[in-house]
Order: sequence, then structure tokens, then C-alpha cells
Amino acid sequence: MGSNLIVNYGEAVAMILFVIGFANLLLQNNLIKKIIGLNIMDSAVYLFLAEKGYIVGRTVPIVVNGVQSVEAYINPIPAGLVLTGIVVSVSVSALMLSLTIRLYRRYHTLNLDEIAALLQKEGL
Amino acid sequence: MSFVQNFPFFSIILSMFSGTICSVLPRKAAKVVNLAMLTIVGILSACVLGFTVASGESYTFMMGHFPAPWGNEIRAGVLEAGMALFFCIIMILSIVGGTHKLDEEVIESKHSLYYVLLNLLMSSLLALIYTNDLFTAYVFVEINTIAACGLIMIRESGRTIVAATRYMIMSLIGSGMLLLGICITYDLTGHLLMLNIKEAIAGLVVDGRYPAPLLVAIALMCVGLAIKSALFPFHSWLPDAYGYSTVSSAAILSSLVSKGYIFLLFKIIYRVIGVEIFNNSRIIDVLFIFGLAGMIFGSVSAIREKDIRRMIAYSSVAQIGYIYMGIGMGTEFGIVAAVFHVLTHAATKSLLFISCSGLTDVSNFERSFIPLTGSGYRHKVAGVAFTVGSLSMVGVPLFAGFISKLLFAEAAVQMVGSGKMLPVLIVLGISTILNAIYFIKTVIRIYTPVENSEYRTIKMSEVKLYSLILILFIILNLVLGCNSDPVVEMIRQGLGMFA
Repeated sequence: MGSNLIVNYGEAVAMILFVIGFANLLLQNNLIKKIIGLNIMDSAVYLFLAEKGYIVGRTVPIVVNGVQSVEAYINPIPAGLVLTGIVVSVSVSALMLSLTIRLYRRYHTLNLDEIAALLQKEGL
Repeated sequence: MSFVQNFPFFSIILSMFSGTICSVLPRKAAKVVNLAMLTIVGILSACVLGFTVASGESYTFMMGHFPAPWGNEIRAGVLEAGMALFFCIIMILSIVGGTHKLDEEVIESKHSLYYVLLNLLMSSLLALIYTNDLFTAYVFVEINTIAACGLIMIRESGRTIVAATRYMIMSLIGSGMLLLGICITYDLTGHLLMLNIKEAIAGLVVDGRYPAPLLVAIALMCVGLAIKSALFPFHSWLPDAYGYSTVSSAAILSSLVSKGYIFLLFKIIYRVIGVEIFNNSRIIDVLFIFGLAGMIFGSVSAIREKDIRRMIAYSSVAQIGYIYMGIGMGTEFGIVAAVFHVLTHAATKSLLFISCSGLTDVSNFERSFIPLTGSGYRHKVAGVAFTVGSLSMVGVPLFAGFISKLLFAEAAVQMVGSGKMLPVLIVLGISTILNAIYFIKTVIRIYTPVENSEYRTIKMSEVKLYSLILILFIILNLVLGCNSDPVVEMIRQGLGMFA
């Protein structure tokens, strides 16, 4: 079990990063730190995908010099998935940041607990 | 290939395009485009439903020029088409039922943006229903989340922005887990199309390879979707999001958005993991227990709530618990009951939110219970509609909620000998009593006469469109409740096509 961990150290790092990002997104009070956590979490998944798509000793899947053998190239699909995922995560980050700006303008704080307390006072 | 088979693709692309078009239209035109789109998509889905029922089998539709293991696909069967048709109906009723409030709730310059969000939401729901590709499903899950977040925050107040933020945080946690689950599944199987994954997973299980990663992948996908559809204990964002957004948004969020994720979960269980493998994993028990807990705690929170809309929102937590309990039973009867409860809950919860807006209108826009006393007399049609919704949620015969409770109970009785039968029956009973406590309490409250009320009265003739919508909702509820056999038969047929 331990030996697999060392061979697949890339995946292990990706999982550790995922948990770090996940914990930050869930537990931080500061909204900006939450968003940073979100980005760490998403990037960890992309690292995991990229790690899984790479095959040692093979090259980028672009046909040059007429080599058409499948054995010569790495798997291109994870790269496509990562690109799609990046687009998605950029858009949700943008949305979260715009929400944060709205909240900051209204309550002058980034702390979600403080904002909740202020809401109670407003008593809407 | 018959021309009808193109319709699922047409409906997705149509709703997406109408979303883009609405962003540059003035608000009246945007509204017309939105309703026209929903009507057309409804008709197209009805055609697909007719086609699949007649042919008796589902079909896949190749997107682009690459055949099965490489390209992208959508797939339509009875359940998919029926769900799309049903979602269209609920969406039209919810939007039209909330239009008269829209001017107060959303500033005028943003109305066309509201319709953009609704169209995008519809397109993502349709894509979630029809897609046959896991990664496409993930992308549309995110589009769905973004559109839903927009629907919450378009009514600008501190409450809604905080609610939208909380919603986003929980949703992003859920979709992060879903994404990781999908990636691990892809690494294990090398496929993204559901059918190929299922074959590969069956092979892995037979060979006994990678049991732990497979379990992790199943757990991540199920829990991710459970968080997104507000299964107890991940429901903390829900009361604020449903309680303070616009009326239409609350109706749509509670009845459609969470159901889109649940439908995707059904697809993942049946078409990606495979029922057998899912039933033998421990994940099913986790969903089962949290479903049961949600049924109780959602209702207890609803009883303690003093705000009528937040009370209805908490009731959603309990109803989502019912659905997950059905999934957790792990029998075909359980799943049929869960799918039927998706329909019941969608039809009833939107009715409750829309009728509740009428009751608060005649109570000086207050939402606590004291001002609502006697509001059933001041706004008759809303009072009747709220009563119908409440009775349906409690599970009184004639209404849709009764049938789903009956199906759950039947499914439980079928499982004699399994440890899950008694918990289901007991919790079903307790939850029904708790439901009755808060819904009947509210119904009694709105029909308690008050002397010399200073609040205004609204007659049916003043709000014709709104009354018509409520009546249509009531009819829909009665149709589901009194004529459930064909619907249940269709669900069964659709699930048969799933496998």
C-alpha cells in the first residue's frame, strides 16, 4: 500500500491539495479565503487529471514526422477535460468574487459570521 | 431515423439560444420569448414522450461526427421525455404565477436578465435530463448552479445576497466532489459515456480490481449530488435561499433545481454504476439513513419556524429526505416511489410557494403567522390552493402526496425480512404526523375568522391570471393523485429503459 503511494506521488499530492482546498472552502470565515480554497480544490482535480493522462516516455498528441502509432502519444482527453473544467471554475470564481464585492459594499466586512450577525440586527 | 428523434437536441439548443437572445431584448419581448420557448420545448418533449412510449425503447442521439466510445451523446427514453415535459409545465406555471409580483421584487431594468437566467436554467435542466455523457453532465450541473444563484440574488437585498453566497459555497463543495468522483471514474474505466462506463465497471467488479477507488468514486458522486440537492444535513443554505428570493424563483428552485440533480443521481445509479453494484456498496445505506434523518429533522425545523415561507422551505428538506429514502431502499419499488415523489413534490411545493404569496399579499406582506390569521377568507383562491397543497404534502387521499406515501409504504412492505422495512414504516408514520402538525396548523390559522380585519381583500376577478394558474396547479395535483396508475406505469417503463 505504502509503495503505491510513492509511485503515485502526483495523485497523492493532488488529493492532499483537494482536501486542503475543500477544508478552506468549508471552514474559513473570510470569503476571499473561501474562494482561494475553491481554486485550490479545483486545481487539485486538474492536477489529478493531468497526472492520470500522462504516460511516461510518450509525447504530446500532435502528429509530427508522420508518426501515427497510438503508442507514441499520451492520452489527450484529460487535457480537454481540464480545459473545460478551468472555464467552469473561472466562471464560478468570478461569480463568487462579484457576490463578495456586493456583500463588502453593503456590510463592510468579509467575514460571513459577522455578516450573519448584521443581518440579524437588520431584522429583515 | 425518425425526425422526432432530433427533438431532445432541439429543445436543449432552443432554450440555450433563447437565453442569449433574451439578454438584448426589452423585458416584454423577453417574457414572450421565454414563454414561447417553454411552450415549444413542452410540445417537443410531449412528441418525444409519445414516440418513445409507442416504440417501447429508448434511443441515443450522436452529437457531432464521432461514434460511441469517443463522441458525445444524448439519450431519450420515456422517463427522460416525461420528466422534461413535466419540468416545462411546472416552469411555465411557476413563472406565470409569479409575474404579478415581479415588478415589486426585481428592478425593472433587470427583468430581461431574469428571463435569461430562467432560459439558461431550463437548458441546463434539459441537458441534465438527456445527457449520456458524465462530463457534459458536470458542466451543465455548474451552469444550473450559476443560473440558480442568479435567480436567488436577482431580488437585491442583504438577505438574498447572503443566501446566494451560502448556496454557492455549498454547491461548489458538492460539485467539487462530483467532479473528483467523475475524474476517478474516468481513470478507472477510460470512458465518459455512461453505457461504456457501466460495462467497464461491471468488468472491474467481476475481476475484483480497484475496489477501494471504485467505492470512493461512487461515494463522491452520490454525496456531491446529495449536497447539491440539499439532503439533510447539508440544507443550511436552503431556508434563506427559498425564503427570501422572488416567488417564482422560490417555486422553481424548490421544485426543479434540486430535482435536476436528483434525476442525474438516478441516471448515475442506473446507467453509470449499475443498480446491483450500487446496492452492494455501503453508500446506499448512508443515503438511506440521511434520508430518514432529513424526514424527521426537516419537519421539526418547519414546526419551529415562525415565517410561513421559511416553513415551506424547511418542509422541502423533509421531502428531499423522502426521495433519498426511496433511493436508499435499493429496490425497484423504492426507486419508482422516489421518482413519483419527485413529481409530487415538484407539483406541490411550487403550488405552496405561489399560493403563499397570495396569502401574504392580503396580510400587509407580513409572513409571520399572526397577521396571516383569516387570510384564507380575504384571498379565497389562494386559501383553497394552499389547503390543497398542504393536504397533498400531508398525504390525504385524492391528492398527489397520498400516492407517493402509498408507494413508499408498499415498497417498504415488499422488503419483508430486510432490516430497512421497519425504519421506513416508522419514520414514514412519524414524518406524516409532523407534516400534519405544521401544515394543518397553518391551514387552521388561515381559516380562523377575525373580526374587523384592517387588511385588504383580494377578489378572484382582480387577479384572473394568478387564479387560473392556481386552479391549473390544483388540477395537476388532482390528476397526479387520482390518476396515478398510468404515471407509475410510465415511470416503471422508463426505469426499465434506463438499465
